[in-house]
Amino acid sequence: MDTQTNLARFILLAPLAIAVCIQLFCRKNHSLSAKLSVVFVCLTFVAAVFVFFGPDSTPPGEPWLDFGPAFRVPIGLAVDHLSKIMLLIVTGIGSLVQIYSLVYMGEDESKARYFGNMSFFMFSMLGIVLANNFVMMFIFWELVGVSSYLLIGHWFTREAAAAAANKAFITNRIGDFGFMIGILMFWSASGTFVFSEMQAALPTLTLSAGFLTTTVLLIFCGAVGKSAQIPLHVWLPDAMEGPTPVSALIHAATMVAAGVYMLARVSFLIALSADAQLVIAAIGATTALFAALVATQQDDIKRILAYSTLSQLGYMIMAIGLKAEGAAIFHLFTHAFFKALLFLGAGAIIHALHHEQDIWKMGGLAKRMKWTFYTFAAGTLALTGCPGLSGFFSKDTILVAAYNNNLWFFVPALVTAFLTAYYMARLCVVVFFGKARTETAAHGHDGPIAMTGPLVILGVLSVIAGYNTAGYFISGPAESVNWIVTILAISAFVGGALSGLFLYWGQSTDPILIPALKKKLYIDELYAALIAGSQDLLASIAGWFDKWILDGVIVRGLSSGAWGLGFVLRFFQFGNLQAYAFLFGVGVVAMIYLLVFR
Amino acid sequence: MSLTLNHYLFVSGLLFAIGFAGVILRRNIIIIFMSLELMLNAANLSLVAFSRFNLTADGLPNYNAQILVFFIITVAAAEVAVGLAIIVALFRARHTVHVEDITSLKF
Amino acid sequence: MSPILFYFFAALSLIFGIAVIANRNPVASALSLVVSFLGLAALFVGLDAYFIAVIQVLVYAGAVMVLFLFIIMLLDLKAEERRKINLFAYVGGGIVTAGFVVELWFVLQKFDLGKTGFPPLAAKGVDDVRNVGNVLFLTHNLPFQVIGILILVATIGVVVLSKRELK
Repeated sequence: MDTQTNLARFILLAPLAIAVCIQLFCRKNHSLSAKLSVVFVCLTFVAAVFVFFGPDSTPPGEPWLDFGPAFRVPIGLAVDHLSKIMLLIVTGIGSLVQIYSLVYMGEDESKARYFGNMSFFMFSMLGIVLANNFVMMFIFWELVGVSSYLLIGHWFTREAAAAAANKAFITNRIGDFGFMIGILMFWSASGTFVFSEMQAALPTLTLSAGFLTTTVLLIFCGAVGKSAQIPLHVWLPDAMEGPTPVSALIHAATMVAAGVYMLARVSFLIALSADAQLVIAAIGATTALFAALVATQQDDIKRILAYSTLSQLGYMIMAIGLKAEGAAIFHLFTHAFFKALLFLGAGAIIHALHHEQDIWKMGGLAKRMKWTFYTFAAGTLALTGCPGLSGFFSKDTILVAAYNNNLWFFVPALVTAFLTAYYMARLCVVVFFGKARTETAAHGHDGPIAMTGPLVILGVLSVIAGYNTAGYFISGPAESVNWIVTILAISAFVGGALSGLFLYWGQSTDPILIPALKKKLYIDELYAALIAGSQDLLASIAGWFDKWILDGVIVRGLSSGAWGLGFVLRFFQFGNLQAYAFLFGVGVVAMIYLLVFR
Repeated sequence: MSLTLNHYLFVSGLLFAIGFAGVILRRNIIIIFMSLELMLNAANLSLVAFSRFNLTADGLPNYNAQILVFFIITVAAAEVAVGLAIIVALFRARHTVHVEDITSLKF
Repeated sequence: MSPILFYFFAALSLIFGIAVIANRNPVASALSLVVSFLGLAALFVGLDAYFIAVIQVLVYAGAVMVLFLFIIMLLDLKAEERRKINLFAYVGGGIVTAGFVVELWFVLQKFDLGKTGFPPLAAKGVDDVRNVGNVLFLTHNLPFQVIGILILVATIGVVVLSKRELK
């Protein structure tokens, strides 16, 4: 049993142990639960660092479900190139977010439940990262959905939060339905669930193109649900009902990235079907553009960041579809840092302004919340692709992949980059510059060290994480710099930023009003109408069937038939003996006639 | 002309028809009962005729039919006894032997 | 049996059979039935079934009809008064009976086997009683025993049915 595997086991099981411990023993003791959770997640980060610098280790794993060679599901931990970096991301950002939560959730009355659920989430997410076979990954996939439900609905007494939690879980389940079918289809073709065995077995199989495309697209359904692509994107903006650290951890850095991670894990399968790749890239590009458009008109700071996340996830999915998994994971890596930073910064603002989230009620916070402003600015520049920061490098690789593949993908990607710069500039200008628009905004101030510390760490990482790290993700010789793409990207960044600055400097209300974008293109209303309409239709058909067929024809029909038959036959009971004898005689004469003369 | 089996069968059938007509047309229950006996005897006649007609290997009549007649007579006697006891009980209850007055089982 | 005797006794049975159903006086009906049974017994003798003929007279004419007459007198039945004639019953009954007779005629026309005469017996004057007794007690012993029990049951039933309620 090598050290790597042992460390991996510790990383996976420690959060579970803490979650169970908190739930069973420490529910009343809030500060103890918080401290336990924070200490152990930092320990898992340390272990992840050790694992990162150690060798790869992919043992076959313990047997778990074993129904013969045809159906075998082991429990195995895969520590390889891809999972090591993800371990660092998940545990690192998890630790920073939990430290931050010590302050943000300081006065919350269910702190113990919060930290218990946080640890449980860490366990589930690490399970997805470390899984070495599809079924194990699916199980942890579902567990991550459960954790997300628990955390979004942390303040479940609020109806909006409870509804948002339901929406997230149900939308995820819809994607998981396709995911499961895809897993089973691949198992039926290759006979195994384990990724390494699947990859080894592939050259020996002959599968039709249609089968491959369908299976890959079904597996992609899972990513559509988890990573909130169109058409299952509706849960992510509503998930902002949860506490802000939850949004930072789950809905920016880790859980939504699970979809991208899963697709990168099975990239050898995706490479088999060109049609599926086209569909994947198209959905990614569409999501990116759509989300960016909607973000330009939102007024809630967390909603803007949520749509920004949707947009960046679209970029990553598009990269997967363009066969540039390295670029996708690279962007996932940098995006984790600056998006978590932006969310935590937003959380600091919200916390300082006593839970005010409307940007038009903020203003002039640059002077009063210096640390928050500087780190938030760093995150914004990284997100929008300012040259030199991490986001620039990762976005560049994706744009190059799009340019080399198909201009139909490159143009939307470029437009999205422009819009990203535009709405982030809008956000920064309205929140940080100008005069304070309300009394509470006038009194905002930075939080304690436990809040600003993680912000600073993430700020530094957002700046430096792009230098010389591309080589880890993208294998193969370094290509020469594609100047056309770089210049176009930089001009998109500059153009967007400047237009945002000009349009929104000194404004006190939104000068541009596009109702369709403000209302998220009415997709939520469309879904509600569809579901309500189809359910009403089904209910009315079932009601008609029950009333007329089951009740009328079958039940009443049978009983009326029996009654009618009895009514008719009653007339034969004369009560008169001789009438009966007469009928006997008639019968006998008839019988004789029929038998003898016919 | 010489007698054939059909002659006896025809007489038996006529007796049966007469008995049947009595069952349908008379309204006194005692008379109906007597007509029933007439029908039974018609059957006996045809049985005996067949017994005489089917000879066994050693030239004797087929006595199985005559045994059946014996049983029929016995059973008819028992039936008459019980039936008349019922009629007496009925008469004691309803004070009538007119069959149209007894219609409790009418719908 | 010579045809004349056959026709005579057959006519006797039939005519007195009609008398049974046509008479209004129940006693007259009973006595007509006795004569009809005697005619039948004669027909049995003509068919060389001596034992059965005697049994017919003894049991039917001797016991059953006596019982009938006892009951008629017990119930003190008078002659029936005329009630209104139920035309439907008469017409229907007449049709069924006539139909039956017509069918009977045609069935017998088709019955070719019955158109042959009676085969002769092996000996003139068979020992009927001995033969019937042999067949009855040897081959049909079980039904014979069962008949005995049946008569016993009938007797008990009659006794029970004719009890008056104890005051």
